[in-house]
Amino acid sequence: MEHFALWLSAFLTLGILSFLYKDNPWYKLSEAIFVGISAGFWVVTLFWDNLVGKFWDGWQDEPMLFVGAALGFLMLLRLVPKIGWISRWPLAFIVGATSGLWLMNYLASNIMVQVMATIQPLFSTGYASGFDAGWGAIISSLVIVVGTFTGLVYFFFSKEHKGAFGGAARVGIFFIMITFGASFGYTVMSRMSLLIGRMDFLLGDWLGMIG
Amino acid sequence: MAHLGVIISMLVIFGGLAWLLFRSIKGREVERRVIFVFIFVAVAAPILFPITFEEHASPVVKGLFDHIDTLPPGSRVLISFDYDPAMAPEVQPMANAISFHCLDRGHKVVFMSLWATGQTLLFNTLEDVIRPEFPDLIDGVDFISTGYKAGNEGVLNVIVSDFKKMFPTDVNGVPLDSVPIFDEINSCADFDLIVALGGGRPGPKEWVLFVGDPADVPIGVGVAAVVAPQLYPYYPRQIIGMLGGVKGAAEYESELAHRHERFKNMAQPGLKMMGPQTLAHIVIICFIVIGNVAFFRSRRRKGN
Repeated sequence: MEHFALWLSAFLTLGILSFLYKDNPWYKLSEAIFVGISAGFWVVTLFWDNLVGKFWDGWQDEPMLFVGAALGFLMLLRLVPKIGWISRWPLAFIVGATSGLWLMNYLASNIMVQVMATIQPLFSTGYASGFDAGWGAIISSLVIVVGTFTGLVYFFFSKEHKGAFGGAARVGIFFIMITFGASFGYTVMSRMSLLIGRMDFLLGDWLGMIG
Repeated sequence: MAHLGVIISMLVIFGGLAWLLFRSIKGREVERRVIFVFIFVAVAAPILFPITFEEHASPVVKGLFDHIDTLPPGSRVLISFDYDPAMAPEVQPMANAISFHCLDRGHKVVFMSLWATGQTLLFNTLEDVIRPEFPDLIDGVDFISTGYKAGNEGVLNVIVSDFKKMFPTDVNGVPLDSVPIFDEINSCADFDLIVALGGGRPGPKEWVLFVGDPADVPIGVGVAAVVAPQLYPYYPRQIIGMLGGVKGAAEYESELAHRHERFKNMAQPGLKMMGPQTLAHIVIICFIVIGNVAFFRSRRRKGN
């Protein structure tokens, strides 16, 4: 059985990779199997974890779970065209609840603390009095100040980007481009890791070519 | 034999790239499938004939490593496996190394997952690293797995103040009230460190927003490279350290091997993956250069 699973995995992996040559039935079969198994996995997982694990096993202790179950049922009314509009109610609940859940945490962590982390002493580590920061820390602080300021200038569209203002916006573009470049570099590394993982499987586990 | 393999692979790759550069200068286009072949060879060659590089932990990796290393033995650490098989090649090496490090230092470790797929990968770490390397440690006393819980950020919003409300039992159905490791743990605020591993949602960012900041608990993260740039702004104020992609995993493994003798003899997948990573990146950089040469050549030709 283990041998069969190994060969099936290799067959499907090669099927997905065959798309690099061109679209073909082998790829389509592998893709369909992947999508089908993923959908099946999530249906089974959500059924046992949410419907059974949370609602069915817990409604005796927490009758409020019926409210959630009712909202879930209303969501399915989307499948009935005449009363499909009712599905907007649970959707509105989800949007409202999610906003409420996120708003305060987002405001505190992603705005307040981030602003605090940006406003820092240029020539001090902030832990002692006086000018105690090394050159590395000073340059790092200057990069944050210049990068934040010019980046914000670039996104200020109420004034034409000309003269000193335009120059600052141009510096801001450089910072944004460097950020995109770093992001692209990390994405390449991430995608390469996936490829290495699959190659390791094909050459090692399947073909046994790795000692 | 391995050295010969490396030399032949390098000759094939860089000879081929030089030939493509020559063709580009002549104005010939490079078929995209040729690029795939080069990437394939660049990744396969270092896997078949291993090439290893010396890695040194950067400050952002050292931040997490030193924190785990300096916590007194017996400290309570929570490790959350919030990822799926697609992220596993990058994140699993971090998970294994950090789990090993925590248990080797004598910390009490609680494992959990916010992703259904994370539970299986957590099981792999338990079977591949913890049980073989620490056969004397007792489940429920030295470490415990509470498994997966559905609910995303909702789970975090509850466990930040009451852990057992969301996880009344461990993954085997044993009540947490009856296990010694949970004697002094009621909420996330009772942990000395939380390590969030992942890269999607919910993941490390949600741990910072819903647990780290509100409960004032130190958070360390290990993430897939693709989301690492989004988490850098949280360092060092909101996260104490970060492992970004396989490079972060390799740096951590290197530091662990230098400072913990036992880890030297263990599998180090992160370091092993840096060979193919490096060669593939060099090939991509070469293709960017070739592409630019071709672009400027064609522009000059049109200008003439």
